[in-house]
Amino acid sequence: MRQFLLFFIIILVGLTFIGRLFYLQVYTADGYNILDDNAIRKVYDYPKRGFVYDRDNNLLVGNQPSYDVMVIPREVKPLDTLEFCSLLKITKEQFIKTYKRAYNYSPRLPYVFVAHLSKEDYAVLQEKMRKYEGFYIQKRLLRDYHTAVGANVLGFIAEASPSQIEENPYYKMGDLIGKQGVELSYEKELRGVKGIKFIQKDRFNRDIGPYQDGAFDTIPKPGKDITITINQKLQDYGELLMTNKRGSIVAIEPSTGEILALISAPSYDPNLLVGRKRSANYTKLYRDSVHLPLIDKGLLRVHEPGSPFKVIVALTALQEGAITPQTNVFCSGVYRYGRRGTMGCHCGGGNRDLITGIAKSCNSYFATVYRKSVDFFPNASKSMDIWSDHVKSFGLGQYLGTDLPIGKKGNIPDGAYYDKWYPDFNWGSTTIISNSIGQGEILVTPIHLANMTAAIANRGFYFTPHIIKSIESQEKDPKFTTPNYTTIDKKYFEPVVQGLFDVYENNGTARSLRVPGIEICGKTGTAENFAIIQGKRTQLSDHSLFIAFAPKDNPTIAIAVFVENGHYGSTYAGRIASLMIEKYINDNISRTDLENWILAHSLEDEYLKPFSGTPFKINREAGYQVISPEELEILKSQLVKKL
Amino acid sequence: MTRETNRYFKFDWITIVLFLMLTGFGWMNILSASHMGDTIDYTDFSQPYGKQLLFICLTVGLIVIILSLESKFYERFSSVIYIISMLSMLGLFVFGKNVNGATAWYGIGGMTIQPSEFAKAATALAIAKHLSDLHTDLKLFKDQIKAFIIIAIPAVLILLQNDTGSAIVYVAFIFVFYRENLPKAYLVFGVLLTLITLSSLKFGDIATSIVVVISILTYHFTRRKKPAILKTLLALIACVILSFGVDFLYDNILQIHQKDRISLWLRLEKDPLKLQEMQRDILYNLYESEKAISSGGLTGKGYLQGTRTTGKFVPEQHTDYIFSTVGEEWGFAGTVFVVVAFVLLLLRILHLAELQKLQFSRVYGYSVAAILFFHFLINIGMVMGLIPTIGIPLPFFSYGGSGLWGFTILLFIFIKLDSNRINEW
Repeated sequence: MRQFLLFFIIILVGLTFIGRLFYLQVYTADGYNILDDNAIRKVYDYPKRGFVYDRDNNLLVGNQPSYDVMVIPREVKPLDTLEFCSLLKITKEQFIKTYKRAYNYSPRLPYVFVAHLSKEDYAVLQEKMRKYEGFYIQKRLLRDYHTAVGANVLGFIAEASPSQIEENPYYKMGDLIGKQGVELSYEKELRGVKGIKFIQKDRFNRDIGPYQDGAFDTIPKPGKDITITINQKLQDYGELLMTNKRGSIVAIEPSTGEILALISAPSYDPNLLVGRKRSANYTKLYRDSVHLPLIDKGLLRVHEPGSPFKVIVALTALQEGAITPQTNVFCSGVYRYGRRGTMGCHCGGGNRDLITGIAKSCNSYFATVYRKSVDFFPNASKSMDIWSDHVKSFGLGQYLGTDLPIGKKGNIPDGAYYDKWYPDFNWGSTTIISNSIGQGEILVTPIHLANMTAAIANRGFYFTPHIIKSIESQEKDPKFTTPNYTTIDKKYFEPVVQGLFDVYENNGTARSLRVPGIEICGKTGTAENFAIIQGKRTQLSDHSLFIAFAPKDNPTIAIAVFVENGHYGSTYAGRIASLMIEKYINDNISRTDLENWILAHSLEDEYLKPFSGTPFKINREAGYQVISPEELEILKSQLVKKL
Repeated sequence: MTRETNRYFKFDWITIVLFLMLTGFGWMNILSASHMGDTIDYTDFSQPYGKQLLFICLTVGLIVIILSLESKFYERFSSVIYIISMLSMLGLFVFGKNVNGATAWYGIGGMTIQPSEFAKAATALAIAKHLSDLHTDLKLFKDQIKAFIIIAIPAVLILLQNDTGSAIVYVAFIFVFYRENLPKAYLVFGVLLTLITLSSLKFGDIATSIVVVISILTYHFTRRKKPAILKTLLALIACVILSFGVDFLYDNILQIHQKDRISLWLRLEKDPLKLQEMQRDILYNLYESEKAISSGGLTGKGYLQGTRTTGKFVPEQHTDYIFSTVGEEWGFAGTVFVVVAFVLLLLRILHLAELQKLQFSRVYGYSVAAILFFHFLINIGMVMGLIPTIGIPLPFFSYGGSGLWGFTILLFIFIKLDSNRINEW
């Protein structure tokens, strides 16, 4: 027995060791990954970020080199600080302060000494750089915007946030990532794939040399250039027209669903968010709570659609057989319903059928039509469901599924919606009569309206609006080339389109906005709106709305214009829509009177009213604010310069 | 067959091959752990790998000398060798060179020699001589005392050099004594002592005492043949005193870094923040070495390809932590190879020891196995975090001339003794 004790113990220890090794090296080891190995420094080689072109191949976004002066404090040798400071255009105190900060950060690691040198400073400095040991120049690529407009569409890039880094291991601290607009939507295509160099380091974090002589290193794959559907000229023109106004213009090509212009006003110059001043500028834009320049109002501004929605009310009623185009309604200037309900009408009164109802935007007509279609079935809730499905087939009340990273759902109520509001089911068509004129519970965004217009222009279908035209040789996503059909038969569109045409032609609400040589179909909209000011619900000037498409047959553009507090639909939005259509189709403006009026008028005072703290007038009583002749000259000169 | 060839075949080639494998593989790993950059100059004696190569070459001469001496020489001169060895360690207090707080080296020219590495072989010879004496009987108290004194002298001298790790190795001789009929009680008491000590530290002295009292009383009353009540009482009192004394010893005798290591091993610190801090500061080596080993995975990153080895992340990697290089670059396959090679070597030595006809050779062989086993156990156990950190080299593997020569002398004296087995009568 005594002979075997050590024998057994040795074998036991051997087995224990093998067990422990198995645990350490096989059981708990989840495969060696060089990217997780902190003994290897990963140096990234960033590829060129893809360019962005407009639909006519004008370069919108490119890249520009930026030069940072870096320092590794430990390697710095005594130098002529006076000369160095003058080259960098900094003071000696700044030099000492930054150097100390760099040294405190780490004596061994590179630190940004001066960021974003101008090209001129770089040229001078570059020749003398070798004199300053421990300093070197690092080049990096920044975005270079060749346009001052479309910031909301183009978006911007910035350093990836910690949560983004956690979500996607591709991104490392300090990497740039698209934050808005197409930079975000097409981030993957634009950024390319960065190259990696693996460098062996020691436990003091010093580089020793390339890991395995660079066997695992990869070269960067450049980002792809993309072409977007925006027509730069139209975008430019639209933004100019929207100067001093708050709102948006969305123009879509009905035959493809391509977004021709997506204007959000006020906007900002995308170049503000590049380079040394980026963070100061961003803060300023972020804090502007009157103009909200960082918000894309074309995609995010939810509002009541107003009169343009009447077109959908008519189409739904036609489809359900509640009316025929000939159905006649007499308007007395006020529509009475229920026991005490009244709804005013500005159409002038008289006999209205479908076409004149649309052309005159008669409230009485549409209230009647709406009640007919909702009361068509005995159960109000069920009729609302049917009605709601028709309306939703125009893309309303849901996310459109565009390739822009943001959007709002809006609201199209159905039966259940009202059952919830009125739990005892005692609601009917008169309860929700406001819906008939596009107010009440109907909520849309401007891009919803533009898409709805495109569906009407196409007589019954639309393509999901999108911003991408092509990514190098890549095919477009089939989602954007498959038509979405509405639930309304094609035959019902013709009388409605005729009504929209008469809005311009036969004594309609937009007769003064005619453009010679172009058959435009449109619809004005004026939406009441309220704000809570000091705890009191206060009415503000009406929103000015307009939808239009042209030409009447084979339309090439469908447009929705939304000008906040612009009063009548034809006042601001209608003028802008006509000008945009003429600009797009004819490329020159014959209605310069409209153009002058729009440029000369400003709504800035309207936007300040709710913040003024004093009572104010609205709509007609408020009058129109005109900008000074000097300012007008500046705007006109921009018009000449740009277009 | 001529007489000449016969002589070579008498050496146990299995042991020699295992020795060569471990030394060769060890050197490959020292090269990996200590080379800087791309160029490897084997004759660069300023680098550990260059030096170690020189030491290995010189080992050949050493082996030739050991094998060519008569077997009888070692038995006859064992006492002299022992005395010289002890004197050389005493001399350290006068002429020694202080390195890292330990006075364990003689500086000769550019070289340093660590006499404690040679003392193991000398002590093994002395023990073999003492136990193989016809008059020695380990059942007798006076012979036990004598044996313990022989191992206590070098252990104490080494402790005084501040090299706790090397001193602990002398505990290995317990196995030798047990094989040579030391009463079982010593082993039982040894194990009991260890258990009580650890339990007192971990669970507190009162809890331990209660468990001890209950177990001893149960043992006493369930035995068919009742042991003397006095003996049981004595054992009881001794155990209780010990369990209460452990805290005192722990607080007053151990140095701070030793206490910290034990505290971490037994997870004595309850405050998680403090524990984390301690782990970061004290277990830095262990943390890095475990990380290197586990990053090797099943098959390792390849020779000279270990990222943590190349980056010198594990401190002392070419000496005490050499096993982590094997783990990182050769993976589970490599580490199992080393463990199996060591186990085979140890079992082979034990097997050969049991075959010896002379008690001197048997005791010596047993001592060799026990000493190598302790090094193997403590070093690899420490590198993998199974036992508290104790600085001790891995035989034939770790960098160091004195260590390599010490182990070579230890092993080859036994190979020489074994080769004479057939000639003995």
